[in-house]
Amino acid sequence: MSTQLCSCTQEKLREILAPFPAGRREMLIPVLQAVQETFGYLPEVTLDTIGAHIGVSPAKVYGVATFYNQFRLQPVGKHIVRVCRGTACHVRGSKLLLDAVGDALGVKPGETTPDGAFTLETVACLGACSIAPVVTVDGNFHGAVQTRGVGKMLDTYREKE
Amino acid sequence: MTTATTAISLMDACCSRCTHSPQTPCAQYLDCRAHGPLCHTDPACTAALNARRDAAMHIATRPIIYVGAGTCGLAAGMDQVIPAMQKALTEHGLDVMVKEVGCFGLCHREPMLDVKKPGRPRVCFDHVDVKKALAIVTRYLVNDEVPADLSMGIIATPDAAPDSPEFALPNLYDLPVLVRQRRIVLQNCGLIDPDALDEYVARGGYGALAKALAAGDNGEMVLNEVLKAGLRGRGGGGFPTGRKWQLTRAQQNTPKYLVCNADEGDPGAFMDRSVLEGDPHRVIEGMLLGALAIGADHGYIYCRAEYPLAIKRLLHSIEELEGRGLLGDNILGSGFSFHLKVKQGAGAFVCGEETALLASIEGKRGMPRVRPPYPAQSGLWGQPTCINNVETFANVAAIVDHGGAAFASVGTERSKGTKVFALTGTIKLGGLVEVPMGMTLREVVFDVGGGILDDRPFKAVQIGGPSGGCLPTAMLDTLVDYDSLIAAGAMMGSGGLVVMDDKTCMVDLARFFMEFIRNESCGKCIPCREGTTRMLEILERIVRPYRDEDTEATLQRFKSVIMLEELAQVIRDTSLCGLGQTAPNPVLSTLRYFRDEYEKHVFERTCPAGACRSLLTFTVNAEKCKGCTLCARNCPAGAIWGASKQTHVIDQAKCVHCGVCMDVCRFDAVLAQ
Ligand SMILES: Cc1cc2nc3c(=O)[nH]c(=O)nc-3n(C[C@H](O)[C@H](O)[C@H](O)COP(=O)(O)O)c2cc1C
Ligand code: SF4
Ligand code: SF4
Ligand code: FES
Repeated sequence: MSTQLCSCTQEKLREILAPFPAGRREMLIPVLQAVQETFGYLPEVTLDTIGAHIGVSPAKVYGVATFYNQFRLQPVGKHIVRVCRGTACHVRGSKLLLDAVGDALGVKPGETTPDGAFTLETVACLGACSIAPVVTVDGNFHGAVQTRGVGKMLDTYREKE
Repeated sequence: MTTATTAISLMDACCSRCTHSPQTPCAQYLDCRAHGPLCHTDPACTAALNARRDAAMHIATRPIIYVGAGTCGLAAGMDQVIPAMQKALTEHGLDVMVKEVGCFGLCHREPMLDVKKPGRPRVCFDHVDVKKALAIVTRYLVNDEVPADLSMGIIATPDAAPDSPEFALPNLYDLPVLVRQRRIVLQNCGLIDPDALDEYVARGGYGALAKALAAGDNGEMVLNEVLKAGLRGRGGGGFPTGRKWQLTRAQQNTPKYLVCNADEGDPGAFMDRSVLEGDPHRVIEGMLLGALAIGADHGYIYCRAEYPLAIKRLLHSIEELEGRGLLGDNILGSGFSFHLKVKQGAGAFVCGEETALLASIEGKRGMPRVRPPYPAQSGLWGQPTCINNVETFANVAAIVDHGGAAFASVGTERSKGTKVFALTGTIKLGGLVEVPMGMTLREVVFDVGGGILDDRPFKAVQIGGPSGGCLPTAMLDTLVDYDSLIAAGAMMGSGGLVVMDDKTCMVDLARFFMEFIRNESCGKCIPCREGTTRMLEILERIVRPYRDEDTEATLQRFKSVIMLEELAQVIRDTSLCGLGQTAPNPVLSTLRYFRDEYEKHVFERTCPAGACRSLLTFTVNAEKCKGCTLCARNCPAGAIWGASKQTHVIDQAKCVHCGVCMDVCRFDAVLAQ
């Protein structure tokens, strides 16, 4: 694991860690959430410092960071596209929809387009099952999305650059 | 949230004679706000409190507009309606209060908006787009004409004059979708401002807490009523809540912890979220009562990170309660203390399992551990811990208020009270419903849910999520109660109820759940980790077309049903936690009730529902084809031949069964068989 930490990242990290009491294991997940909130992902170089603050080994931090779906160790794109793969959406065709979005972006779920514009993710039930199948882009809901409408939906965000 | 600056709250002191504060708690604080002032009889104070109570009950001198701002309402378009309507209100110079409320449960009618004029009942409008919102403003608020054609019904209010013209409209609760419901948990959802403590208190909220503390018996009364009520856990297992509380109460070791499981992992269910978003105080009051009954002074709500609005509402409510002295030390001067924190999950289904959840709170990977010891003996940091589901807690205040016997009068012999379901899938009136236990599935699907979308044939209902099962038409008369559902091969689960029509393939559904479980298995035990992977492989083999198969694979396919059953047995018997033990259920229940469908896939290589595309043959209907070339241009395999304006043909040898041609054709000219 690389331990190079540039001074501005270090500075930011210190700010994030400050409100969390040191040496408290139960703060690990909230700390990781706060770091991801700021950086958009968990830069690998931050894990050592986090571990030192919490009082656990970097391996333990890594273990927790990779166990939970929420945490990403890679930076994300500008826009985050989430296709719901909950049961209600599945019954209304979300698998084909996911394939269509993946094809349109040229990536698989969990990946980011090479130009860094979009990250594709799946999610289990967004609680809007009555307008299934549901896709959110940057948190905006799109209901009853049809495979043939995918291109248009993505274009509106692409233009927002 | 209100747009006008919030007036003085009902929870504030009426004058300087009021001594209540978190530091100097008054035992009568809640009673005083509901019926007081109690410690003095100043007419000015009585008038002031009455006015605040009225405001909290929405008895106002100006109209109120309620906008359904739950996730489903916002998703359906309410976020666009609100600003447009605000603009219109300003243009007309109308003095109106706009209140954001949670989900009422009629998700199929979202976006929804209600208007209440002073002294009139509340008029409800559905499918509100910008145009309709503006029409409501002009016709109802400006011209004072009751727009009967736009409304779906009214809700009576305490201040409504009997001769209000609105009473010509039907009562909302008489709608078929609502008339058979019985709302205990959802009582306030969609009706009150979830961020306003005084609205909850004005409707009797925290009255149960005051009663329990006044009893001065360390929660014994609460425990007895919950035992009498026969309340069973709503998180899936159905363990008697009173017994769990008794066990934790009996532990000598302190401190004890109380945990609310708001992880709601079932992918297709959102009951807990709606309650937390629409009426968070009901859950917190239930927790306070539970904490009193078991003797806990610290509590956690473990909430999915995917529910940011619910988390926001909870944090706001906790802060307000602490500020009023209703959470913290020495609540209402009783000596009872309870500190409550919210813990955000991090996206792992297995963390809904109680021991995994506790590990996650402690900052570890969310892996289940062997029980015993049960959390009641050794939970958070080795201390006695009691874990209950959101909906379980949401029932407790009503039980303490009205008595366990009243609660137990609803439901069946061994399943008491009501259950909230998220009714989804190919159903007409999808949304949140709360029905008495003991209703049949047929009643839930057809009477409450209005039947199948587009009047297609009913095929199955999936109940209980990834741990549950699929029940066919023949089982529609199964009662909704814990034991009947288990006997039928499904389970109550947390309340996801997904209805499916004839176009849903049961093999595909089993594969969907198996994929979910395979991804979510924590990996601790081999039968669950490897077994679910193997089961998924077998299910994938079933839908793989001939040409991608070698002879070995064909042989394997013939054995697939037998292998599925064998694996299911092993996984069920040897997995450590509930996730693994119930993982085979979706496969077993579909095998039990839809075996012929598996056989059609395995031996006849067809998918009767037309859902497994890899097994379908795509052809072009010459009569419908206009020769637009769209399909040929989109086919990834270059399998479609045809010149412009001429009928196209699909080369079956090249076709990869992706179905793109069928999706893109604007003339429905591509057939799949
Ligand atoms: C894999 C798995 C997932 C679970 N998910 C949840 C959940 O999301 N919400 C919940 O309340 N209970 C869930 N449970 C059940 C809990 O382990 C526990 O039994 C429950 O929270 C107890 O509360 P109750 O007695 O009020 O039902 C899950 C269990 C398992 C095995
Ligand atoms: S049964 Fe599965 S989820 Fe449960 S502990 Fe074992 S591997 Fe983990
Ligand atoms: S199903 Fe796919 S591969 Fe086959 S003809 Fe249609 S578009 Fe081409
Ligand atoms: S299953 Fe997709 S929103 Fe619920």
